[in-house]
Amino acid sequence: MAEVRIPTILRNFTGGERAVEAAGATVTDVIADLEANHTGIKERLLENEEVRRFVNIYVNDEDIRFTGGLATSVPDTATVVILPAVAGGSAVHVGTAG
Amino acid sequence: MLTIDQATRDAIVAHARRDHPDEACGIVAGPIDSDLPARFVPMLNAAMSPTFYEFDSGDLLRLYREMDDRDEEPVVIYHSHTATEAYPSRTDINLAGEPGAHYVLVSTRDGADADGTEIEFRSYRIVDGEVTEEEVSIVDGYADDTTLEHTKADS
Repeated sequence: MAEVRIPTILRNFTGGERAVEAAGATVTDVIADLEANHTGIKERLLENEEVRRFVNIYVNDEDIRFTGGLATSVPDTATVVILPAVAGGSAVHVGTAG
Repeated sequence: MLTIDQATRDAIVAHARRDHPDEACGIVAGPIDSDLPARFVPMLNAAMSPTFYEFDSGDLLRLYREMDDRDEEPVVIYHSHTATEAYPSRTDINLAGEPGAHYVLVSTRDGADADGTEIEFRSYRIVDGEVTEEEVSIVDGYADDTTLEHTKADS
């Protein structure tokens, strides 16, 4: 089981828990297992089966954008960190953070 | 209401002026539940843009790990607008991911990037897409023994 660190803004899906356990060989599988136990959270992480632009997911400190995206393998004792981007500005960008 | 010490307020303004015309960004961390912005942490704007800011994803992870280790949270999340007013844009509202934070906006428009000029320094709560402006109270220091720390330069 991987430990998944949940950001403040998504803790309403985990009953306030800062970290939960989830099983899966890849990030896709881990998110599916998260969704099975915390309904609704997947929608906040993915859009059209891709990680949302302003959501960051790290497996053992590596941003999965650089390690194969959702196919990134998740070792059994891995720590998966989810962090909403800290971003904004005067320009118009479409998207949401988590 | 946001209560913030003068030195931290001045450090945010100085950062905004230094990075003008690009947007500057950063946080002020404080002990969890204290509501005291105590540790000024300027961040690199990875977008290096006059109309957008974003923390680098690696910097973001290190920052949150460091706050976790120190039992801190982001009390203030600040950024500058360099050609528009110090009010959250639609983008700022959509991307606001810390409902417990004070979102501080500084505007360096209309020559306010020059030292010694008046500058808009405003604070908001942004929760579920709703913006509420709040009063800013600038104090010399905090009543308890919270240590103020200021780092010198961009991280």
